[in-house]
Amino acid sequence: MSIGIEQGMLLAAILFLTGLTGLLVRRDVIFMLLSVEIMLNAAGLAFIVAGSAWGQADGQVMFIFILTMAATEVAVGLALIIQLFMKFKSMDMNKANTMNG
Amino acid sequence: MNILFYITSAFAVFATLKVITNKIAIHALLYLIASLLSVAVVLFILGAPFIAALEVIIYAGAIMVLFVFVIMMLNLGKETIQDESNMLSKKMFIGPSVISLLLLAEIIYMLVHQSLVPLPMKMIAPAEVGQLLFTKYLLVVELGAFLLLSGIVGAYHLGEKEKLVHHRFLKTGKDIA
Repeated sequence: MSIGIEQGMLLAAILFLTGLTGLLVRRDVIFMLLSVEIMLNAAGLAFIVAGSAWGQADGQVMFIFILTMAATEVAVGLALIIQLFMKFKSMDMNKANTMNG
Repeated sequence: MNILFYITSAFAVFATLKVITNKIAIHALLYLIASLLSVAVVLFILGAPFIAALEVIIYAGAIMVLFVFVIMMLNLGKETIQDESNMLSKKMFIGPSVISLLLLAEIIYMLVHQSLVPLPMKMIAPAEVGQLLFTKYLLVVELGAFLLLSGIVGAYHLGEKEKLVHHRFLKTGKDIA
């Protein structure tokens, strides 16, 4: 029994949907950012599986771009989390719904 | 190699589930690192050794350490964990889980109704990736550089403390309005 494209894609899908569930369930900002990381990683895994199926390096190149984006997103997201914590003294996302103007 | 793939995949899924159900942030983070390391092993098995190394060095190494730093800096106490357990009831998992399982069922249906394509499991060397990166995708690399620069500037600007004195003649922030 060899590993087909199905098994790899299934793993990527399960990881992605776990991240999606976490993003919908959790209200803590840090956990939401972690869930986004899980989803990005799963998308990258799907690229690698597809690239491996065709035997070409394009999938790996795309993974490098996803990595770049994830790093930027985490840096900006964590800075936002620090600002949010200073303002509201809480990690609860529901307390930050008073934005106006 | 195949049995290794299945064991590692199972471990990745287990660790990821522990991430989203954990109440303590730092424990969830450690589970996420374990999950990323097992995904790196999967990538290695699929024939992408360069990407597996990048996953360990950048994802598990750099990005997760950034998370650890921020969690340590915020110094979240027992109240946050208490808040989190108040918010996180079992009932909240029902709706999102149903949505996710429906999507998963659709993907499984789609994958089952295809002809089975076994992966060639051919190793793609880092040289090949680098060659493609700096010829065909050169423009995207430059856009990535823009993105990183804007990320640095944005993180520096957002992470700054609010200034108490804006200008030497305008001592308090009220004068500006």
